[in-house]
Amino acid sequence: MSTNRQADRASPWRAPILFALLAVLFVMEGTMRNAMFSGSWNTALGILNMGLISAITALGVNMQWGYAGLFNVGVVGFLALGGVAPVLIATQPVPGAWSTGGVRLLIALAVGLGTLALAAQAWKLLRAGRGLVVLMILITGFVVYRWLFDPAVLAIEGNNPSRHGNIGGLGLPVLLSWLVGGAFAAAAAWAVGKVALGLRSDYLAIATLGIGEIIVAVLKNEDWLARGVKNVTSIPRPVPYEIDLQNNPEFVAFAHSWGFSAAEASGIWVKICYMLLFLVVLLAIILLAELALKSPWGRMMRAIRDNETAAEAMGKDVTARHLQIFVLGSAVIGIAGAMMITQDGLMAPVGYNPLRYTFLIWVMVIVGGSGNNWGAVLGAVLIWFLWIKAEVWGPALIAFLTAPLPDGGLKAHLLESAAHMRFIAMGLVLLLVLRFAPRGLVPEQ
Amino acid sequence: MDILNAVVAILNFVVIPAAAYGAQLALGALGVTLIYGILRFSNFAHGDTMAFGTAVTILATWGLQGLGISMGPLPTALLALPVGIAATAALALVTDRAVYRFYRVQRVAPIILVMASVGVMFLMNGLTRLLIGVDEQRFADGARFVIDVRTFREMTGLTEGLAFKTTQALTLVIAVLVVWALFWFLNRTKSGKAMRAYSDNEDLALLSGIDPDKVVRMTWIIAAGLATIAGVLYGLDKAFKPFNYFQILLPIFAAAIVGGLGNPIGAIAGGFVVAFSEVAITYPWLKIAGYLFPAWQPEGLLQLLGTEYKFAVSFVILIVVLLFRPTGLFRGKSV
Repeated sequence: MSTNRQADRASPWRAPILFALLAVLFVMEGTMRNAMFSGSWNTALGILNMGLISAITALGVNMQWGYAGLFNVGVVGFLALGGVAPVLIATQPVPGAWSTGGVRLLIALAVGLGTLALAAQAWKLLRAGRGLVVLMILITGFVVYRWLFDPAVLAIEGNNPSRHGNIGGLGLPVLLSWLVGGAFAAAAAWAVGKVALGLRSDYLAIATLGIGEIIVAVLKNEDWLARGVKNVTSIPRPVPYEIDLQNNPEFVAFAHSWGFSAAEASGIWVKICYMLLFLVVLLAIILLAELALKSPWGRMMRAIRDNETAAEAMGKDVTARHLQIFVLGSAVIGIAGAMMITQDGLMAPVGYNPLRYTFLIWVMVIVGGSGNNWGAVLGAVLIWFLWIKAEVWGPALIAFLTAPLPDGGLKAHLLESAAHMRFIAMGLVLLLVLRFAPRGLVPEQ
Repeated sequence: MDILNAVVAILNFVVIPAAAYGAQLALGALGVTLIYGILRFSNFAHGDTMAFGTAVTILATWGLQGLGISMGPLPTALLALPVGIAATAALALVTDRAVYRFYRVQRVAPIILVMASVGVMFLMNGLTRLLIGVDEQRFADGARFVIDVRTFREMTGLTEGLAFKTTQALTLVIAVLVVWALFWFLNRTKSGKAMRAYSDNEDLALLSGIDPDKVVRMTWIIAAGLATIAGVLYGLDKAFKPFNYFQILLPIFAAAIVGGLGNPIGAIAGGFVVAFSEVAITYPWLKIAGYLFPAWQPEGLLQLLGTEYKFAVSFVILIVVLLFRPTGLFRGKSV
């Protein structure tokens, strides 16, 4: 794998042709109404927007895997952490939350982090008997932290629990929260990477698997943060609301001139606004990534990936560079997480399923072509389209295949379980591409 | 009397559940560590292998129950276990032939094998969903308790009760038998010695005429057997839900790494370390403190961490081991 990555140059027309085919698929989804396509532009644009968010996530994963060979199995956690940002930054402040326990909570969190930092410093500076000292610091810190933290959480969660019960946001513009989401994910990635990098390659995978599960568990259970499973709704939008558009006579006239009803046109308009925003972010990230990849830094990264020992012998600090790229890639994933929550307008932690948000993203990166940014984008949008459509096509296919079977238990069971076929199909796609086309649809140049 | 009550409460709520859970984790971690030792990659599909084996066993159990066969006080699932093991071993051998062998022959970087195992995980997850769906299944039958709370209270006259479930007793007995059989196999038989030699030094083993394909086949069969047994015991003790088997992957990896990847004794010790820490840290100690220090009236539940964060315990253990002793307590493989 490491040697044949840059083997022969693929045709320069490959990527444009594949992207054109993808565009045709979306146009068919938007215009043709039959057994395979919905014929609704609202559906087509909805799939495309989520595909673009997946593409940004895939870009982050591609930086980690394609540039540095790091296997991140906690994508779902970094996405979820990014999704916290719109809640904390953009929603309106909750009256009373800060005065009841907000300050105490911040102090508690500072004490918690301070304890860890102090313990780390003590471990570095002391020599004899340092184990005992560090243990004492940790225990004292933990007691103080809980003493500060528990009453603060009770107070915040008791503050109007049916409507709020959380710390609330700052009321700042929602677009700002995208950057903050990236910063959140980057901070978590730094902590994990600091521990797990520099050891054998499987350890990072296992550690990220753990941090992913823990972040999602925190989101589900810490009601003060984002109301846990009670969900935060009405996260502000950077684009107009459908209902305002429908009440605007100019927009209604404009919609009729194109032959759409006001309801349909408003949905399409909002989705196009989101699409443009997402495209701007996507292109900006690709531009930065491509510039970085073609710079001396990018060449160093690829040199490290292709032969760590040689790069180390040339005086490159492999672990530090790995940490750098891991943090950068996770930041991109965090930005995508914040964008996803902004688009949904809803923070629902039960939705963060690792099969959907970690492993599906990996299928996208591998299918698209690891190491190639355009490949990751292509793979993400294509796989997302297929994933959504498989929900419709799968049962149809099973119904067609089982048509000759007599009615009975087996047929009913097969029809019922058609939904699970998606997982088998994705597993097969991943394995087949990994084996027969390890460089993906659009190989690295 | 209060001290006795405290001891009984600790036994009931901490020691017995943690011992059973530890045995289940140890069996799972043994499978992971064996695959790591011989095939040299962390198998992310192990949790779903456990789920698949358990699903087949449950189906066979239902079949047996339909025929009216049962084992009296013991769960019928024990009779169905060989079916589950056979099916899982067959599936493991098929995936090895279809997926892993290609990469093994090519001698790719271990991380590619890890990635392939993620693909296999997807497949097995889908297969399990096809077989049995995503819902929770309870398939324990037979006697529920060896000792139940009321009998224990009447026997001893203590206020605190002690329950010892059949599934917990069974887990411990079966785990001891399986581990004994595994170590007998590894240390006494020719095939077992071949496996250990292959794990220690692949090239030297090949030079001495050990058939690598046979070693790999045996590893998969044993790992599939261990996974199925661990999965069925876990499902009997708690309940079978496919997603829980994906989540148990983290404690199992933690156990295998704590003990030192590739080291079977380490995997067993690691399983118990993880299980006891998890239960002890998420257990509310208020009641026991009440027995031992009646004068002390603490405000909270004296619970260090909520049960919903039990996976955080395995994670912290994992981090501590990675920070201070990356090869594990028992010196596993470092490469």
